[in-house]
Amino acid sequence: MRKSSIRRACAALAAATSLALALTACGGTTKKDVASDSGSAASDGKADPNAATKKGLTVGFLPKQVNNPYFTSADKGGEKALKELGSSYKEVGPNSATDTAGQVSYVNTLTQQQVDAMAVSAQDPGALCTALKQAMKNDIKVVTYDSDTKPDCRNAFVSQASAEDLGRTEVQLLAEQIGYKGEIAILSAAQTATNQNTWIDFMKDELKDPKYKDMKLVKVAYGNDDAQQSFQQTQGLLQEYPNLKGIISPTTVGIKAAAQYLSGSKYKGKVQLTGLGTPNDMRKYVNNGTVTAFELWDPAKLGELAARTAVALASGQITGKEGESFKAGSMGDFTIGKDGVISLGKPTVFNKDNIDQFNF
Amino acid sequence: MTVTAPNPAPATDIPKSSGTRLVDRVFKMRELAILVVFLAMIVITQAGNSEFLSEQGIKDLLLNATILVLVATGQSLVVITRNVDLSVGSTLGITAFAAGTYLQGGGNSVVAVLLAVLLGIGCGLLNGLLVSLGQVPALVVTLGTLYIIRGIDSIWVGSRQITAADLPGGFVDFGSGGISAVPWLAMIALAVLVATAYYLKHYGSGRELYALGSNPEAARLAGIPVRKRILAAYTFCGALAGLAGAMYLARFGNVDSSTGNGYELTVVSAVVVGGVVFTGGSGSVYGAALGALLLTSINSVLPALGVSSVWVLAINGILLLLAIAVDRIVAVRVASALKKRNARHG
Repeated sequence: MRKSSIRRACAALAAATSLALALTACGGTTKKDVASDSGSAASDGKADPNAATKKGLTVGFLPKQVNNPYFTSADKGGEKALKELGSSYKEVGPNSATDTAGQVSYVNTLTQQQVDAMAVSAQDPGALCTALKQAMKNDIKVVTYDSDTKPDCRNAFVSQASAEDLGRTEVQLLAEQIGYKGEIAILSAAQTATNQNTWIDFMKDELKDPKYKDMKLVKVAYGNDDAQQSFQQTQGLLQEYPNLKGIISPTTVGIKAAAQYLSGSKYKGKVQLTGLGTPNDMRKYVNNGTVTAFELWDPAKLGELAARTAVALASGQITGKEGESFKAGSMGDFTIGKDGVISLGKPTVFNKDNIDQFNF
Repeated sequence: MTVTAPNPAPATDIPKSSGTRLVDRVFKMRELAILVVFLAMIVITQAGNSEFLSEQGIKDLLLNATILVLVATGQSLVVITRNVDLSVGSTLGITAFAAGTYLQGGGNSVVAVLLAVLLGIGCGLLNGLLVSLGQVPALVVTLGTLYIIRGIDSIWVGSRQITAADLPGGFVDFGSGGISAVPWLAMIALAVLVATAYYLKHYGSGRELYALGSNPEAARLAGIPVRKRILAAYTFCGALAGLAGAMYLARFGNVDSSTGNGYELTVVSAVVVGGVVFTGGSGSVYGAALGALLLTSINSVLPALGVSSVWVLAINGILLLLAIAVDRIVAVRVASALKKRNARHG
């Protein structure tokens, strides 16, 4: 009997070990590096800057997640612009920001409905490609906004402020708050989020400047845009690095979770927090002294520019090539940069003095 | 036989009761095992990072576990009756938002909590009625209500959200406050836990839940009001999910239409890791609470040790499988021990 129990224990151990091995093996299959595969934007025909703006077009908005306040704000901006231009708007999208398969099927739905253009915020840079290319083949103009795909899978990308501006200004904001001295950490969303990673790269680059020589980035943590996980990641950062002076969270979910945690802990006011947040989310924490300043672009403007870009593409005023420029109504003129990227401009900084002027 | 049998029971003892005691002992050991794993994990982490068990650290550990402990307590009652409630995540989300909108309109905090609990009871009643009257598998029914409640939540909430600025300051402070390292929320959860455990152990209707889960047919023949008990278990589970919703609001200060999405799986994991057997009839709420504490603490331990959080899911899965394996081995052991004993007494 004893022997058999030992044997059984061994079997269980073996099973557990092989399971662990299997899991580690799974960990090895990462997504292909997307950055290495950057072709030029798919474009055909020639741009005619003087072409008339077409009316009666249909533009489908496909955010990462519907009912997400940020994307609702952006899509409302798009809706407003389309109304002004005499075109119609529709919004479809998955209920979960990690349902990439769902997003692919929404791309296909929009293609089947033969919309004239679609504005997509991609959950994943590669996964949507096949579906989006299919759409472009059917003469549907594809604009990505907020989060990009690979450049050859869309006509143009409307970037919320250039990645470079965002990354660098967040470091500058935090540096001022902590007096250019001390350990800092970053609380990001998912490890695979394209925009997050680009911003973080620019943050690291900015930190190389000699004026930040007394600041040290100790860790990048991932809260997966989930309140509870972001909470626990923040706790972990503060425990692992007791001398931490500041946290940058370039995600709206992460920053408000971190702020809520800080405001109810002994670290309130001692550890500075900045990053990208919305004024409505952060109002309480700015007013109670947990957060000094943070920044963001106006999502409604982002949605509006995405809509105007989509219409300009569908009207043939631009094709998505570098150097082309178009007029985006009251927003002024925009020029397409490298890889078909159109940048919204520098982000707005919110602090105690101006936060009450904004409502989104 | 490796399970050392205690001294032969006195002749006056009927074999059944000594058998029950053995089963009891085994399951106490089961809870002890989780406790040992938990403590070992905490000690190792503390050795690696002395900040881990600071006052703030302990408070965080307790606060992190609180909400899951509450929902897992309710869930274990349902699981004990050989059913399951998958709609708890949706219930938590909708009740949190309901309490939030009420508070946003300038309502009283206590009434807001009651409102959340009442709405939770409503959801629980719905589940209970469907499962007990409809005689349909609970897994399917509550999967349905999971989507229905989440759907209603999405339609009602839309893109609105409740932020900390909308809530009364006292309510949010209550969510993170407490007496030194022990948060208020954890005290409430502990009170609920102890009361539930006492009820399950010392009240006839509590024991009947176990009987029902062990063998529904026999329980029915023995005159146990099966439908009523199942309905009660679901209602209680819903009420606790509602209470957890109110606590979620106080703790995170932020609720939108996706709050609590996918939470049911975490809850079921906690219950199973805690030794509440999925086929019903055995386990305790203390075990479930320990399971919840263990699972949420892993989320805190890994960052404190500087391990990437991508490991969390895999580790949770391994714990789950280990827990089921242990349960299976224990069940086989107990069965053969009982058989042997009955033979001896018979």
